[in-house]
Amino acid sequence: MTLHTQTIHELRARLRRGEVSAREVTQAVLDRIAAVDPKVKAYNWLDPDDALAQAEAIDRDGLAKNGKPLAGVPIAIKDLINVKGQPCTCASKILQGYIAPYDAFVIHQLRKAGAVLLGRTNMDEFAMGSSTENSSWGVTRNPWDLERIPGGSSGGSAAAVAADEAIAALGSDTGGSIRQPAALCGCVGLKPTYGRVSRYGLVAFASSLDQIGPLTKDVEDSAILLGALAGHDVKDSTSVAQAVPDYTQAFGKGVKGLRVGMPKEYFIAGTDPDVSDGVRDAIQKLQSLGAEVVDLSLPHTEYAVAVYYLIATAEASANLARFDGVRYGLRVDGDDPIEMYRRTRGAGFGPEVKRRIILGTYALSAGYYDAYYLRAQKVRTLIRRDFEKAFDKCDVIVTPTSPTAAFKAGERAADPLQMYLSDIFTISVNLAGICAVSIPCGFTRVTRLPIGLQILGKQFGEETVLRVARAYEQATDWRLKRPNL
Amino acid sequence: MQYETVIGLEVHVELKTRSKMFCGCATEFGASPNTQVCPVCLGYPGSMPVMNEEAVRKTVLAGLMLGCNIARLSKWDRKNYFYPDMPKNYQISQYDMPLCLGGGVDIKLDDGKTKQIGLTRIHLEEDVAKNSHFETTSGVDFNRAGLPLMEVVSEPEINSPDEAFAYLTALKEILVSGDVSDCDMEKGQLRCDCNVSVRPIGQKEFGTKVEIKNMNTISGVRRALAYEIPRQIAALGKDENIPQETRRWDDATGATTVMRTKEYAHDYRYFPEPDLVPVVVTDAMLAEIRKLLPELPEAKRQRFMRQYGLPEYDAGVLVADAALAAYYEQAVGQSKNPKAIANWVTTELLGKLAEAKRTIAECPVAPPQLAELVALIDGGKISGKIGKEVFAEMFASGKSPSVIIKEKGLVQVSDTAAIEAFVNEAIAKNPKSVADFKAGNEAAINFLKGQVMKLSRGKANPKLVGDILLRKLQGP
Repeated sequence: MTLHTQTIHELRARLRRGEVSAREVTQAVLDRIAAVDPKVKAYNWLDPDDALAQAEAIDRDGLAKNGKPLAGVPIAIKDLINVKGQPCTCASKILQGYIAPYDAFVIHQLRKAGAVLLGRTNMDEFAMGSSTENSSWGVTRNPWDLERIPGGSSGGSAAAVAADEAIAALGSDTGGSIRQPAALCGCVGLKPTYGRVSRYGLVAFASSLDQIGPLTKDVEDSAILLGALAGHDVKDSTSVAQAVPDYTQAFGKGVKGLRVGMPKEYFIAGTDPDVSDGVRDAIQKLQSLGAEVVDLSLPHTEYAVAVYYLIATAEASANLARFDGVRYGLRVDGDDPIEMYRRTRGAGFGPEVKRRIILGTYALSAGYYDAYYLRAQKVRTLIRRDFEKAFDKCDVIVTPTSPTAAFKAGERAADPLQMYLSDIFTISVNLAGICAVSIPCGFTRVTRLPIGLQILGKQFGEETVLRVARAYEQATDWRLKRPNL
Repeated sequence: MQYETVIGLEVHVELKTRSKMFCGCATEFGASPNTQVCPVCLGYPGSMPVMNEEAVRKTVLAGLMLGCNIARLSKWDRKNYFYPDMPKNYQISQYDMPLCLGGGVDIKLDDGKTKQIGLTRIHLEEDVAKNSHFETTSGVDFNRAGLPLMEVVSEPEINSPDEAFAYLTALKEILVSGDVSDCDMEKGQLRCDCNVSVRPIGQKEFGTKVEIKNMNTISGVRRALAYEIPRQIAALGKDENIPQETRRWDDATGATTVMRTKEYAHDYRYFPEPDLVPVVVTDAMLAEIRKLLPELPEAKRQRFMRQYGLPEYDAGVLVADAALAAYYEQAVGQSKNPKAIANWVTTELLGKLAEAKRTIAECPVAPPQLAELVALIDGGKISGKIGKEVFAEMFASGKSPSVIIKEKGLVQVSDTAAIEAFVNEAIAKNPKSVADFKAGNEAAINFLKGQVMKLSRGKANPKLVGDILLRKLQGP
C-alpha cells in the first residue's frame, strides 16, 4: 500500500479505523519527497523531524479517532503563509532570516483540525508570476514534464500535490495563482470567495484580491480542506461572518437542471485548440449529465488584465513597502536610512517584483491616480456587474483555466506581457470577488499535459461549484492518471 | 507697508484609549522600549489591522464638542512614505472622507470679544514610532507606533501668535473635559504643526506658506510664531522671496531654521486601505456618544460665574481642570458660601497639592470636609487664620475639621468676659500704643489687636476683639 498517493478522505478513513498511524503517513510522504523532490524542487524548506513529531503527537492524542477532520494528514504550505517558528520567505531574498513569530489564521485552523504541517512550498516571489520561475530558490518543475514549469504562483504547492509529495497543500490566489498551477499540474485548485477564508498571516500581495485556498488531488478533498480553512476571523476585517457549510453535503445532488453558462469572451482564438477542445468536451459531458448550457456574455472581460495590473500593483507597492531592512529580513547598510532602503530593496527584490512595485507606484502617483487607479476601480465595478448579471441566467460558469497547458521553463521569461496573459481567464474572478475551482479535464494530444476546466460560482457559491466539479470528476477518470516520475 | 498674518494649525492629539488604533497592544506611556508591540504594530508580514471602535467614538465625541458635522460614512486610506519610524512605510489615515467636518473653537480676544476659529476637519490615524539617535547607531521604539492619533485641522483664520496660543489652550481644555485625551504635552500627547504666511493688508491671495513642524508646547508655538512672522515681513520688506518650505523651531536659540524645501515635498500616493472596511456611524452610536457630551469649558465658566457669583478669574481656574471643577461643585453642594469655597480651593488647596505634587484625584481632603471648614469659620467657631492651620492638618491627616479643632482646642473664644480680660491685659502692657491711639494714630489699634490675639493664642474672635478694644480705648 502506498500511503503518499492517497487522498485526504481515503487516509482519513484508514486513520480513523487505526489501520495506519499519522506517523506512518507522514513518513511515507517524507520518503516520497526524498525520492522525487530533487527533480521536482517543490519545497523551499522542510523539517522532517518536526513533521514526524507533530504526527506522533497526533497519534498520541488519538485525534484521528476523535473525528478531527484532518487528523494526521500531511499538508504543504505555500511559502507566504506564516507558521510560527518557521521561515516564511515568499521566495524572496529580502525575507532571508525571517522566522515567523505567529501563526496565520489558516494555520491555526489546520492545527485545530489535526493536520501535520509538512513544509514550505516554492512560489513566484511574493506571488508575482505564473510559472514559479521568479523564485530566489530556483525553478520548480512540472511533474508531468520536468522541462516545463508547474504554473504559478503556487507552483510548488501544485507540483507537490501532483507528485504525491503532499496529500494536499495550501496556496494563495490573487489572479489565478491557485487555479492556473492546479490546471497545469492536473490537480484541483479552489479560489474561495473573497472574505471566505481569513487572510490574517498571509503575506499580502494585493489585499483586495488575495485569497488562500486548497490544492488537492480530488474534489472531495477540496471540499474537506475548504471546510477546515473557512470561517470568520476577527483579525481580518474583510473576512465574512457567514456560517461554513459541509461542502460535501451537496455532492449527491448531481447537476441535473443546473444551468451552466458559457461566456463567449472565454472561447476565443489564441487559446490552444487542445485546451478549448478539452473544455468543450467537458461541457458536453456536463450536458449529458443533465445540465443545461446557456450562452453568455461578460462584455468587460477584455479590460480585466489591464485593470488587474493597475489595482494589484498599486496595492503591492504599498504592501511591499515594509520590507526595508529596519525590523526583519535582509538589511544592506547605508550611510542614511534612504541609502539603506535603496540597497536593501535593490538587493532583496527580484526583477518582476521591482517591475510591479514601480508600476503600482506610478499608478498611484499625483497626476496619474485618476487616469489609472481610479479608472481601474470603476472598470472593476463593471466587471463585477457583468458577473452579477450573468448569474441571473446561470448557476455556474465554465471556462478554460489557462489558455495553454504547461509551457517550457524559460520560454516566456523574457516577455512579461506574454506571461501576464497566462492569467487571462482567471483574473476576473478575483476582481469580482467570486469563487472558482479548476479541475482536470483531459490532456493535450501530443505533449500529454493536463488541461484545466474552470468552474466559476457566485459569491459564497462554493457548494454549487464543488457539486458541479464533483459530478464531472466522478463521470470521468482523469483524476486517476498520475505523472510518471 | 502694513502686513497681515495668516495662520492655520494642524494639531495631533493622542486619544485616551486602552489599546492601540489597530491592534490590542497597551498604550501606557513610559514602558521600556518595544515592550508594547505585536506583529500588527510592528508591520510584520501578513499581519492585518483591526479598527479600535473606542478611538472612533472618542473622535466623534470630540467632533460633537467642537460643533463638527459627523460623517456617517468615512473610510481609511494609506498614506505612503518611507521613514524608519513607520512600521509599514505607509500610515493608515483618512484622506478624503474624514470622520468630522467643519466646527470651530471659540477664543477670547484681548478686547474681550469672542472669535471663532473654524475647523476644516478632524480625522483619525495611527501614530508612528519614536526614533532615538546614539553615538554610532539609531534605535526605534515601536511602543508609540499605532497609538490612536486624532488630527484637528483649523482653517487659516488665526491672525496672531496670541490667537494661536488662545486657540490651542481652548482646544486642549475642551478635549480634556470630554476625556478624549489627557493632552499631556510632556508625554507628546498634543503636538502641533503651524502653517504661517504674511501678506500686505488688503491683498486677497495668501502669501507663501511656511510650515513649522512638530511643536510640542503651546507657549513654544507662540514664541515660534512671534519669531517667524517678523522674519517673513522683513524678507518681504526687502523684496526677498519667501520660499515654500518646512522649518523647525529651536527653543534654545529662539529661531526657526529650514528643515526641507518644497523640492522634497512628498507625493503620499493616498489610496483606500483595502484591509479595512469603511467606518459607519449609526444613529444609535451617535445617540450613545451624545450621552457622554460634557458641559463645554466656556459654558461651564459662564455658569460658575452666574450660579456661584464667582469672578471670571476664579471660574477660569476651577474650570481649567474638570476634576477640580467637579470637586468644587461637590463642596459647594454642602455649603452656603460658594465664594469662600472657591477661595479655599484656588489658593490653599491648589497650593498644598502643588507642594505635595499631587493631583486633585489624590486630595486627602474630601469636598464635604472643606464645606464643613468654611461653615465653622462663617459660624464664628474658628477664625480664618486658625482655619488655615486646621486646613493644613486636614491635608496632612485627612481628619475632619471639627475633630481637629476639638483635639487641639482651637475653638474660637467668643466669650466677651474672656476677651475683655485679654484686652485689659494688652492695654495695661502697652501704654505707648494706647497713648498713640488717643493722640490720633488710629493704626496703633492694629498693634493692640495683634497683642490680644497673641494672648488668646489666636483663638479670640477677631471681630469681638476689635469691638471691645475700640470701646475700651474710646471709653471714659
